[in-house]
Amino acid sequence: MMMLAAPVIAVALTLLVGAVLFTLLGHDGFGAILEIFVRPLFNPYRWQDLLVKAAPLAIIAIGLAIGFRANVWNIGAEGQYILGGLAGTGIALATLDMAGPWILPLMLVFGILGGMAWAAIPALLRTTLGVNEILSSLMLNYVAIQLLYFLMRGPWMDPEGFNFPQTAMFSADQTLPMVVPGTLIHLGVPLAAAVALTAFAVMARTVTGFQMKVVGLAPKAAAFGGFGAASTVWIALMAGGGLAGFAGILEAAGPFGQMVPQFPTGYGYTAIIVAFLGRLNPLGILLAAMVLALTYVGGESAQTTIGLPAAATGVFQAMMLFFLLATDILVRYRLVSGRAAPAGVPAGKSEGEAAPSGKGKAVAA
Amino acid sequence: MSLDLLVAILMTIAGAATPLLIAGLGELVVEKSGVLNLGVEGMMLIGAVTGFAVATSTGLPVLGALAAMGAAALAAAIFAVLVLTLMANQVATGLALTIFGTGVSALIGAPFVGITTPTLGPIFPDFLTSSPLLRLVFGHSPLVYLGLLLTLAVWWFLNRARAGLILRAVGESDSAAHAIGYPVLKVRYLAVLFGGAMAGLAGSYYSLVLTPMWAERLTAGRGWIAIALVVFASWRPGRMLAGAYLFGLVMTMELQAKAAGFNMVAPEVLAALPYIATIAVLAIISAARRGGTAAPACLGKPFRAAA
Repeated sequence: MMMLAAPVIAVALTLLVGAVLFTLLGHDGFGAILEIFVRPLFNPYRWQDLLVKAAPLAIIAIGLAIGFRANVWNIGAEGQYILGGLAGTGIALATLDMAGPWILPLMLVFGILGGMAWAAIPALLRTTLGVNEILSSLMLNYVAIQLLYFLMRGPWMDPEGFNFPQTAMFSADQTLPMVVPGTLIHLGVPLAAAVALTAFAVMARTVTGFQMKVVGLAPKAAAFGGFGAASTVWIALMAGGGLAGFAGILEAAGPFGQMVPQFPTGYGYTAIIVAFLGRLNPLGILLAAMVLALTYVGGESAQTTIGLPAAATGVFQAMMLFFLLATDILVRYRLVSGRAAPAGVPAGKSEGEAAPSGKGKAVAA
Repeated sequence: MSLDLLVAILMTIAGAATPLLIAGLGELVVEKSGVLNLGVEGMMLIGAVTGFAVATSTGLPVLGALAAMGAAALAAAIFAVLVLTLMANQVATGLALTIFGTGVSALIGAPFVGITTPTLGPIFPDFLTSSPLLRLVFGHSPLVYLGLLLTLAVWWFLNRARAGLILRAVGESDSAAHAIGYPVLKVRYLAVLFGGAMAGLAGSYYSLVLTPMWAERLTAGRGWIAIALVVFASWRPGRMLAGAYLFGLVMTMELQAKAAGFNMVAPEVLAALPYIATIAVLAIISAARRGGTAAPACLGKPFRAAA
């Protein structure tokens, strides 16, 4: 129960403090909350939009969470997402004149491989030279954006596109089919749910999942248990990069239907918040992705209805992460007043239960 | 190459290096106290937008720079409460601070897009900047000199001052420092606030000196490069100075190549150069230090006083 408490409190505090903050900034604070977090939920069209935006967020966040569990801090998902999109687009452009049901799966596979290849750079640097993956993976985001710009303005520009820096439109065999005809809901939405279920099974039932959890919780025990530090880094970055790349090609072959310079939308960064809000648990992440998707969808409609600046969305998202991190302490530690607990006895246990562990500690010391 | 052009290039290098140097020195002190604050980019953006807003509305760029320091220190205080008092994960909280700074700065800055501000330009009288060589000495923004002075001050503080030695002790072994009776959390709070103020000042350099305007994400990842430079500098102020000016050189090459119409390489390659250089530099420094690290021993670990 306490595991769920922190995210719920964090979202509630964000709504409350957000309303006050935006009122102080001269906006309609409570109107903004209503418009962003409540109104879209009562609009069936917005629900489609919610699912479509939540899908890439969830897929990226699930990959990141696997790494975060093992204390591998891949913050290069944005770049891995771009490279996934680019790799899949490469296949699309090469097969533009062809037809067949094999094209789309091939694009998806290359999307995954593209994200993995980009994540392999920090993995290789970390495991061979000991380069901190936080900085290397982040720097590669900026490089990926320039690579995208280069391809759009140069080799991949649509020759019939009136000199606009974008690729040709993908063909019908290169775009994601809609799962519900007449809506926006494309194949990426059920795929996101499938990824979550698979990741949940892997984390709960396989040795690899166990390895990622043990390395994060008890690094020394993991080393004694034979889990190599290098393999952990590789698994974490391949999972993160592969899924970010997957999300990238799903977006390119789905909502975008071509590659454009506006392709990077910050999902790679927002997914970090999704991963934490979902408690690094694949199923929790599905829920958290819906909450963060709500800030995008609601934020967009609040721009038109009450003139809230676009940047408000980012502020709400960051506040959510701040409040989550702040309330986490209530989950990890129970507040004990003054001298209520004798020294050495963990809070929340009766003295009888705690006695053996107290003795153990004394022996160890 | 004419003397005028050479001096202009050298001055551009100093200009590009200064914000990296100031933000990097701030982060260096923070990390020396044992705290890893990955929110530099966010604090720089808050500083940049605050400096711009205050400078345009008061007409006083100096006041803008001071306000930038205050606002970014305030943002750093949020980080400090979370990681020091509430013992939140430092990596996650630092990322949150960067995301927060990006959003808040875009929100505050929206009305200021497209207008210009009075700049924090050269301070010395005109006759001292009449020739190219004099200009190289006297023609900079005051922040360039401040960056150099700050390097010296931080070096002196960490190596010669009692308070600096206590700060290093806290960063190397918080429990030992606590046992001797040093206020671990207080030292770390002050270090984080200092780091925030420096990041804010560095951010204001972008909006008040380099480009007298505001745009979303104005600092374009320079805060992250500053953090990388701390690693490159092996946590030493002198090497931070060298690293910042080296990166100033890399960034100036990009600008000069564009200005000279150099088209052997795509402009996107030049734009990616500082980030690729950062990765390369991190790889070289890590390879050279294989097996050991100069990082403070308690970097990134939360401290809870034994009951």
